[in-house]
Amino acid sequence: MTTTAAARPRPLPTTVALGLARTRIEVLQYFRERDSVVFSFAYPVIMLAIFATVFGQDGAVVGQAPDGSGGIPFAQYFLPGMVATGIMLSSFQTLAISIAVERDEGGLKRLRGTPMPPSAYFLGKTGQVLLTTAIQVALLLAVAALAFGVPMPTTASAWATFTWLLVLGSATGAVCGVAFSSLPRSGRSASAVVVPVVLVLQFISGVFFAWSSLPTWMQHVASVFPLKWLAQGMRAVFLPEWAAAAEPAGSWQLGLCALALLAWLVAALVLGARTFRWQRRDDG
Amino acid sequence: MTTTTSADPAVQVRDLRKTYGTKRAVDGVDLEVHRGEVVAVLGPNGAGKTTTVEILEGYRRRDGGDVRVLGTDPARGDRAWRARIGVVLQSAGDLAELTVREQLHHFARYYPAARDPEEVLDAVGLTDKARTRSRQLSGGQRRRLDVALGILGRPELLFLDEPTTGFDPHARRAFWDLVLRLRDEGTTILLTTHYLDEAAYLADRVVVVAAGRVVAHGAPHTLGGEDARRPTVHWVEDGTPRSVRTDRPTAVVAELAGRLPGEVPGLQVVRPSLEDVYLELIAAAEPAPDPADPRPLETVTR
Repeated sequence: MTTTAAARPRPLPTTVALGLARTRIEVLQYFRERDSVVFSFAYPVIMLAIFATVFGQDGAVVGQAPDGSGGIPFAQYFLPGMVATGIMLSSFQTLAISIAVERDEGGLKRLRGTPMPPSAYFLGKTGQVLLTTAIQVALLLAVAALAFGVPMPTTASAWATFTWLLVLGSATGAVCGVAFSSLPRSGRSASAVVVPVVLVLQFISGVFFAWSSLPTWMQHVASVFPLKWLAQGMRAVFLPEWAAAAEPAGSWQLGLCALALLAWLVAALVLGARTFRWQRRDDG
Repeated sequence: MTTTTSADPAVQVRDLRKTYGTKRAVDGVDLEVHRGEVVAVLGPNGAGKTTTVEILEGYRRRDGGDVRVLGTDPARGDRAWRARIGVVLQSAGDLAELTVREQLHHFARYYPAARDPEEVLDAVGLTDKARTRSRQLSGGQRRRLDVALGILGRPELLFLDEPTTGFDPHARRAFWDLVLRLRDEGTTILLTTHYLDEAAYLADRVVVVAAGRVVAHGAPHTLGGEDARRPTVHWVEDGTPRSVRTDRPTAVVAELAGRLPGEVPGLQVVRPSLEDVYLELIAAAEPAPDPADPRPLETVTR
């Protein structure tokens, strides 16, 4: 059967090269879907602007510094939650919807019929999430700092916390999104299935309200999900140290934040790897 | 084109079986496609053709039987194997926001020795649509793009699943020419279609699948054997349409000419078309869904 090696086949392109090519094409497609760009990309910025403007009228603030120098302006108070939301939208929501749609439209099946390795597909999604999250968060911080005068963290350790939260948060969101994408029955129902989940999580995780003002049972429910931990970690970055006293635990619990995000990352990775399908459910 | 020629058939299937629940979707299919051949798989919806082809493409697992595609079991097909096949699925709605050219250049990267995307654009007649996004293409243009993506990697074996559904006659003819050009370049092609004229025009061999089995195979003009191709003589006598199926139509016509005065009214000699043969094969293999609507050959009018 093996006749000749005279015309040795050329090597297949590497996974890394294809991962980069996928990233490029994913980003291109992402920014061309204008509705998606508006809803998941600009949404946190718009929400921050609305909340900061509405609640921050007449210079209203949250809490009171121990030295009596005043509380936290609303724009600053909401920023951590909006950063967490932004990360969740551009990782979890974007992937859960876009993969469900790709599966329904036959795009995944088409890819499966080519020699592109699955790992390159997921690398491409990862690259897209990292890039869009970075741009989105940068935009959010810029608007917060320039338009609403929110003070940015000044210590290296705060920025270090910010960075690992950003990376771990978007990784967890992305992997959860991949796993969740198998749930919607069709591409058309994808946003209807995904968006309410995201909205409910935002409300119970203290994105739109002061976390301490939520009923205890709601805090308990939210504590099961990663968004609460991501928002809490981001509060550690953007709020003054004294605000930690307002947390139920009296501290930022950064170790627990990391642990909760990691647990979701691993669980979703295992689940996603087992349930991922390249075809619609009704198709083979 | 350096296609490594091999004595192995491109596709070799023996006693293929696949069951969904209690339904035997594929029930012992044998199939062989030789290198350089164009084979059309025909059959009604639900006959098992898509299941069979998707097992060959590596999309579905079989429950039994032997399958070799380019010498490899598709269930274990790796990237190198996938680089040697081309798959054109039924219409998909993906990649809507990318232009034709972007898609071709991107997919070309997947293959070790892809064709020049610009040449492929030209071959499928989409050069003037290169900067158009998929969203704005017509159904036929989109289908040609599907084919372009399928042939980018210089496949040794190309699967085409109902490639011309929704084409206008002109586009269909242009597409057929493309398929024949690929065949002339040495590409082996396995296509499924509902159009009998398409199978007759393109295929070296036709395989008819019904109820999960191969009920007939052969060159389009020999399909079904002599019996199935026996012509029918139609005429009108005493105001009643008559017909007889015979191996010797000339003798029948001569007899009629002698018996009836002048021109024989409504005289016709009809040879079954591929479609007639096909429908008869299918009817024999699967009980007609509606007994009130049989399709006996006698009622076929021209």
